[in-house]
Amino acid sequence: MSVEKQYIELYEQCRAMVNEHSAALLNEPRDKAYEDFCRLGFPTQKQERYKYTNVAEAFAPDYGLNLRHIEIPVNPYEVFRCDVPNLSTSLYFVVNDRFYDKVLPKVSLPEGVLVMSLAEAAKDHPELVAGHYGRLARSRKDGLNALNTMFCQDGLFIYVPRHTVLERPLQIINILRADVDLMVNRRVLIVVEEGAEAKVLFCDHAIDDHQFLATQVSEVYVGENAHLELYELEETHVKNHRFSNMYVDQQRSSTTTIDSITLHNGLTRNRTDVTLNGEYAETRMFGCVVADKQQHVDNNTLIDHRVPNCQSTELYKYVLDGEAVGAFAGRVLVREGAQKTTSQETNANLVATDTAHMYTQPMLEIYADDVKCSHGSTIGQLNEQALFYMRQRGIPLDEARMLLKFAFAGEVLDSICLEPLRDRLHYLVEKRFRGELSKCEGCKLCK
Amino acid sequence: MLEIKDLHASINGKEILKGIDLTVRDGEVHALMGQNGAGKSTLSNIIVGHPAYEVTEGSITFNGQNLLAMAPEDRAHAGIFLSFQQPVEIPGVSMNNFMRAALNAKRKVQGQDPIPATEFLKLMRERRKIVELDNKLANRSVNEGFSGGEKKRNEIFQMAMLEPTFAILDETDSGLDVDALRIVAEGFNKLRKPETSALVITHYQRLLDYLQPDIIHVLINGRIVHTGGPEVATLIEQGGFDQFIKES
Repeated sequence: MSVEKQYIELYEQCRAMVNEHSAALLNEPRDKAYEDFCRLGFPTQKQERYKYTNVAEAFAPDYGLNLRHIEIPVNPYEVFRCDVPNLSTSLYFVVNDRFYDKVLPKVSLPEGVLVMSLAEAAKDHPELVAGHYGRLARSRKDGLNALNTMFCQDGLFIYVPRHTVLERPLQIINILRADVDLMVNRRVLIVVEEGAEAKVLFCDHAIDDHQFLATQVSEVYVGENAHLELYELEETHVKNHRFSNMYVDQQRSSTTTIDSITLHNGLTRNRTDVTLNGEYAETRMFGCVVADKQQHVDNNTLIDHRVPNCQSTELYKYVLDGEAVGAFAGRVLVREGAQKTTSQETNANLVATDTAHMYTQPMLEIYADDVKCSHGSTIGQLNEQALFYMRQRGIPLDEARMLLKFAFAGEVLDSICLEPLRDRLHYLVEKRFRGELSKCEGCKLCK
Repeated sequence: MLEIKDLHASINGKEILKGIDLTVRDGEVHALMGQNGAGKSTLSNIIVGHPAYEVTEGSITFNGQNLLAMAPEDRAHAGIFLSFQQPVEIPGVSMNNFMRAALNAKRKVQGQDPIPATEFLKLMRERRKIVELDNKLANRSVNEGFSGGEKKRNEIFQMAMLEPTFAILDETDSGLDVDALRIVAEGFNKLRKPETSALVITHYQRLLDYLQPDIIHVLINGRIVHTGGPEVATLIEQGGFDQFIKES
């Protein structure tokens, strides 16, 4: 428990300070989470779901935490130029763990829709937060959830009331900004009520050349007949560590699309657990990873079919270069009685160098007898025949390689329903493969 | 002009070509005939620089340049084109992007700017008509889901786009029905210019009836054993390759 010690002691010393700069609803489960964390510690690689990422190692350095909620001077509009233009979104910023409320989008949201600080929401709308906060992301079994619950003081709250359709996508820019190495514990709560529709795009950026570690725990509720599209685009840098745990609860006839794209990062671990709790619900999950240097990307998913007549599709593609390490473990669980389940899971990987590593583990666990499920995984290299064919036509080797990688990743990008975002991602991924995009374009400081 | 001198080559340590001498002058069409396994495709692959083949002896020069020292893409830029016996499928890369990349790479070497979009589309439209390919071509992935005939027509289409000065047709007639064969052969003839030359590899006389080669070589067991005029094709059609095996 050596790595854990510094966090346990920090909590014991700063408990009051943590509480003071947060909200009662968020403070309530802290002590319980602290007990859980003392008991569990960080997950180890002996645990099935953490096999491919050394969590404790990432938490070992001495990070600063901004528990006192000291305002870090930043004008997001100055440092950030939207990386997805032509996409008219309602744009919001979260700086470290704080919702940035100084400038808000000019276009007003439909009545009743809330996009705001989670801590503020816990104070102003406790009735909306109380029933949801901490219900999906439990600290009892997961050390990362426990740590996040202990320290998180704020984050983001999105609420779309019944039968409300958000035509314009919400774009949330998570900015990591600090003058020292920093740890951020952020919390996200999304509630899309019955019959409501929303599209949400998260863009992760780290704008300073410091080491960052961000834990983000997200709880997402998709009500009956509700439709949610969730896009996550990470464009950080090699010194960034991201630990994201996302829990999605889907009710009857709801649809959810989760698209997770990692273009630049240091170490990334995304856990996504979707539970299908109502019949005729559908989940579509996509992931695209482009990694080189010593980048590490670990996507770990669970789709839990608890009831009959639901559908799930999962497609993750990785393109690894350099000494990158990729991991994909996807478990589809079809519980007893979940008849007429349709599920398809695919993970395809392109390992372009002999120094890159890919670990893949598609898992299908079925306890019902009338289902249609498939899963598959491939790891391959660039097709030598195709490369030669292109070179014979005069396309230089590097360009030919790029075209093949781009074609491979394109399948996932084509799944993006938001057309401007899809076009933009095609462009960004192509630039990434051309090596013209060594860091995100959006940040002034990176240029 | 392409000049091959005493070319020896092997694949996986096995010698396939055992001393080839062949000169193709500007404007000439040569045909290379021979049994399966004689080394015809090996020769074409070596001319375009396929990495699997090893040249152990001899030389190939193209317009005075040492071809064997050049990368495959540089050979293409110099004007060499191979119509593949088995065109490769490239899922996810559209014909549009593929041809644009190929054309622009060549233009770059020639010091030209990338081709303007409208000009490119016009060129694609014009050239696909030569081999009767429809307008869906541009957005289809390279050779993916193409029928055997479409693949071969697509090879000639690419040749039309890239305008090589020396083309190799490696069994472009194999697997084609009579109509497709006519389209491919007539397409090729339309593209011929006084200064362009070609090497046509085939088993059958039918393609040669269309293409009218100036010179025919018979390749047996890694060596050219006989060279003659168009009458050689008729001899082969009548008496097979045995007559040349005896001759060698």
